[in-house]
Amino acid sequence: MGLTITEKILANASRKSEVASGDVVIADVDIVMAHDSTAPLAVEGLYKIGKKVFDPDKIVIVFDHFFPPPSVDAARLHQKVRNFVTEQKIPNFFTDGVCHQILVEKFVSPGNVIVGADSHTCTEGAVGAFSTGLGSTDIAGAMATGKCWFKIPESLKFNLSGSPEKGVYAKDVILNIIGQVGADGALYKAAEFTGDYVKNASVSSRLTLCNMAVEMGAKNGIIEADEKTRNFLGREGKIFESDKDAVYEDEYEIQVETIGPQVACPPTVDNVKPVTSVEGEKIDQAYIGTCTNGRSEDIEIATKILKGKRIAENVRLLVIPASTKIYLDTFGKGYLQEIIKSGGIICNPGCGPCVGRHEGVLAEGETCISTQNRNFSGRMGHPKAEIYLASPATVAASALAGEIVDPRGYV
Amino acid sequence: MRAWKFGNDVNTDLITPGRYTITTDKTKLGKIAFIEHRPEFAREVKAGDIIVAGENFGCGSSREHAPVAIKAAGVSAVLAKSFARIFFRNAINIGLPLFVCEEVDRIDDGDLVEINFETGQIRDKTKDMVLKAKPLPKFIQKIVEKGGLVNFLRSEGYV
Repeated sequence: MGLTITEKILANASRKSEVASGDVVIADVDIVMAHDSTAPLAVEGLYKIGKKVFDPDKIVIVFDHFFPPPSVDAARLHQKVRNFVTEQKIPNFFTDGVCHQILVEKFVSPGNVIVGADSHTCTEGAVGAFSTGLGSTDIAGAMATGKCWFKIPESLKFNLSGSPEKGVYAKDVILNIIGQVGADGALYKAAEFTGDYVKNASVSSRLTLCNMAVEMGAKNGIIEADEKTRNFLGREGKIFESDKDAVYEDEYEIQVETIGPQVACPPTVDNVKPVTSVEGEKIDQAYIGTCTNGRSEDIEIATKILKGKRIAENVRLLVIPASTKIYLDTFGKGYLQEIIKSGGIICNPGCGPCVGRHEGVLAEGETCISTQNRNFSGRMGHPKAEIYLASPATVAASALAGEIVDPRGYV
Repeated sequence: MRAWKFGNDVNTDLITPGRYTITTDKTKLGKIAFIEHRPEFAREVKAGDIIVAGENFGCGSSREHAPVAIKAAGVSAVLAKSFARIFFRNAINIGLPLFVCEEVDRIDDGDLVEINFETGQIRDKTKDMVLKAKPLPKFIQKIVEKGGLVNFLRSEGYV
């Protein structure tokens, strides 16, 4: 019987010739990541275990959720984690981008097993790695042992074919899929994205697809790596392919040209509608960034819409590159200057206001349209603030209009 | 023990909003469980009470603060139709007992419920009925028996 990419990577990492869904394996991990929000509990977990990290080179710590610290409590947590980094001699410590972007830029290779104390660790599957989110105690265990237990997941195949119409992007495609399958439609499963749309998509767009796999409950998102992946990463890794007779629990056929711009309406990510059904909804904040859509490609799309125009008076537009590399790239190309001239605010690379802790927290009754991946009540501030999720084009166009608009009139 | 009833897809932002989780202090976290979603919860919950929920409980963020807050608030177990996977692992790892039961719709908010942790038998004393939880997979039962991941890793010789 054939195997999927996910099964092959996990079999390889647990030194088994074959695995089947439902098996529990103990796999070696290549990268163990935690960020400022989850590392403090992981550090406490490791102290409880009473061991040093198994290999300091394989541990990556990123401050991105609230950096620079917006409060004394936040600074105190940073201090605790910094002490841990020094004491355990961990060389991979960063404060200049969202953890998933940092991992993809600096560490991940195809075929790796990656565990991160962040649910969106499924993002890194876009480069042909098995990558999944865990909590702090699991991460403490992985830091101590270099291993982690996994139940081999059933796989779902999403076969994406065709070319999207102008004004439609990977974000619209993944929102459409989540709307179809629901918040638990892929619960515990591997979501494998394939088809000519995926082959033709940039690595940046592939990252957007895999980033949101967890929003349908998936354990991991995964895309077969190719030469494009290797060029993007600058690392070879080991490319695993799904066998032709691999077993999938379910297969979805999606023609991307049938998908228009989408929005996930408050308060759940699977509450997905065509943008045309919410046009005219007034907004107070527009946010372009995060691990979902904070890459150069996304900022370029937004810049083309914003260039030479002025955002609506009632809107604050935040643009936050997902890493310093992207910050410098988009600055070098003059994008950020155009965004600033149009009235936008650029903040330091990181998560920004996505988790509601700083840099654009919402008041009661305010509405935000964002390129992030979650719109739950209370996520970005007051529980009675509303969050719509959309592509960078929809967010940029809406910032100009002061209300949600269809970006197809702007691209 | 009182049952606190919740719906489907209760996410970690509803359990422990990000703005309140810039701490690892368990006592503080116990006080913020469902702080905005259901403000009376943390005030009125008694030690031993049970959370009863629908599908996909704990979806969203990987923040372990969510099960830590629920446990610190005094909750003795969470009973749901299904759990989001990271929440599930987190709860097992920190020793918060979880039970999967398809029939939870029959339990109402405020019912008095007793769970036999050994057998997974759930007794709703208010309605005088007995429900049964699905047994957890064997590997996970071992972690539960050891009281969480840290003890499991020690007893199995991993650390």
